[in-house]
Amino acid sequence: MTLRDALGWLLVGAAALYALVAVPAGGELTTMINGSIYASYAILALSLALIWGYAGILSFGQAAFFGLAGYVYAVAGLNLESTPLAAVIAVAAAAGFAALLGYFMFWGRISDVYLGVITLTVSLILYRFINQTAGEEWTIGAAPLGGFNGIPSTPILAPPGHPDEPFLPEQIYMLAVAALFACYVICKLAMATRFGRAVIAIRENEGRAELLGYDTRLYKLGIFTLGGAIAGVGGVLFANSVFVSPNMFSLQTNGQVIIWVIVGGLGTFAGPVIGCFLLMALSTGLGSLDAGPSFAVLDPNLVMGVVLTLCVLGLRQGLLPTALAFGGRLVAKARATRGRGAAELRRPAEERP
Amino acid sequence: MSLLTVSDLAAGYGQIGILRDVALTVDKGEILGVLGHNGMGKSTLLKALSGAIPATRGSIVFEGVDVAGEPPFRRARRGLGYVSQGRQIFPALTARENMEYAARAAGQPLEIVDDMIERFPRLTPILDRAGGVLSGGEQQILALARCLCGRPSLILLDEPTEGIQPSIRDEIVETLLRLRRSLGLSILLVEQNVKFMGDLADRVLHMEKGRLSADAALETASMA
Repeated sequence: MTLRDALGWLLVGAAALYALVAVPAGGELTTMINGSIYASYAILALSLALIWGYAGILSFGQAAFFGLAGYVYAVAGLNLESTPLAAVIAVAAAAGFAALLGYFMFWGRISDVYLGVITLTVSLILYRFINQTAGEEWTIGAAPLGGFNGIPSTPILAPPGHPDEPFLPEQIYMLAVAALFACYVICKLAMATRFGRAVIAIRENEGRAELLGYDTRLYKLGIFTLGGAIAGVGGVLFANSVFVSPNMFSLQTNGQVIIWVIVGGLGTFAGPVIGCFLLMALSTGLGSLDAGPSFAVLDPNLVMGVVLTLCVLGLRQGLLPTALAFGGRLVAKARATRGRGAAELRRPAEERP
Repeated sequence: MSLLTVSDLAAGYGQIGILRDVALTVDKGEILGVLGHNGMGKSTLLKALSGAIPATRGSIVFEGVDVAGEPPFRRARRGLGYVSQGRQIFPALTARENMEYAARAAGQPLEIVDDMIERFPRLTPILDRAGGVLSGGEQQILALARCLCGRPSLILLDEPTEGIQPSIRDEIVETLLRLRRSLGLSILLVEQNVKFMGDLADRVLHMEKGRLSADAALETASMA
């Protein structure tokens, strides 16, 4: 492990400690709920960071797996006794759907922008479909899909064997933050394996990887499915933080994830998470600046657009890689200055200017 | 029976046909050269044989199996190695990682990487350097070693002397001849460098406008 890696893990550990100990100690309920939402969105950002940043697969419809898992969780949770089982089913459903979609895309040799278009289309089809499910005929067992309104009665996770004792918002927050760090570690470990190294090489030169003997379709399917499962974890936690609604599949949600990844830094895991937290906090802050009845001072979406434009123009690599590069330059400069100072001291006194 | 038998092969890019009625054979341990000017279809021939582009007609029988309809990764696993023009080293992976990556794809033990380092001593000082920062000659040697990590029985070698210094060119010739002797390796070599071809090839074919001529002596097939 390099010094830079060790420092990275140290910072991530410190962030985990702060989020899991310091924030709950002094936080208000609103902070906890917002924190759960941000963490579930950050998991969604992490899933896109994995498949786009490391495998080069630009999914413009990553929210499809996020929303699907949310809905499956809500429906299964309302029909089954056990919400943990519903959560497992939901994540499996998101992973299975990603595997099915990925199979048709990768075996059909669809890539680049076409892949983005297909994934976005799938997400928007789900959005349109769920939007029109108002009415009693759209009820699965005890779960009404609720059309535009979603499922406000989405059940809250409860400990196994205690279905009548659902977690409190503070506990959901802890769970969401812990899940975020667990997903981060899974992504990092996955990329350090032989499978992960192969995925990175395929991103760099797919044709060459195939000519060396790799069935690139299988590797891409594997990473896309893992990305779907991680987005599904985010969807389940979002369903527990708010409730499920068609907005989980919307164009805005899909666009936001891409903005978080670009602003945070494509090709890193921590960057998109930081991007998500910063922009979500900015959006929430701007939305709460009230300048009169039902009138916000600034439209958060407009600000998001400006931030993205500035980032693309000024910080092409994103916040984290730019900060790391800047830090690297500072360290190099300090070393050079120290080196010159030491050389100076080694010179005899009479030769010094 | 020949290691590779190509008959009536046609291939190209989309609607544009490049190769027509190509037929050739490569025997075990043989080095077959294909000479030709730029744009005659030499690289396209190797791409079609490796599966990088599909054949629109004809058969490619490798070790008794027609692989013309197989994807590139299956042909590679059968032992059809390909070192393309431009080397295509993975720039972010180190030299060692580039070789390990190829060994794993072919299910070879990683000891084969050390074997290659022994065979190509020039790799030793650059093992931990990223592929993208290596010189052209170093990349060429790495591309060759990486291909050999898959233990191919036939290597398709596309203009290996392009842009490299004469000392490395000579090193490549010596190493390839040594590999042929020790491993019984066969090579289908595409080149414009007549001297390099003369040093290596047992037999030379001439390619013009997507067609191969009959076997020719090197002097008559030369670029002059």
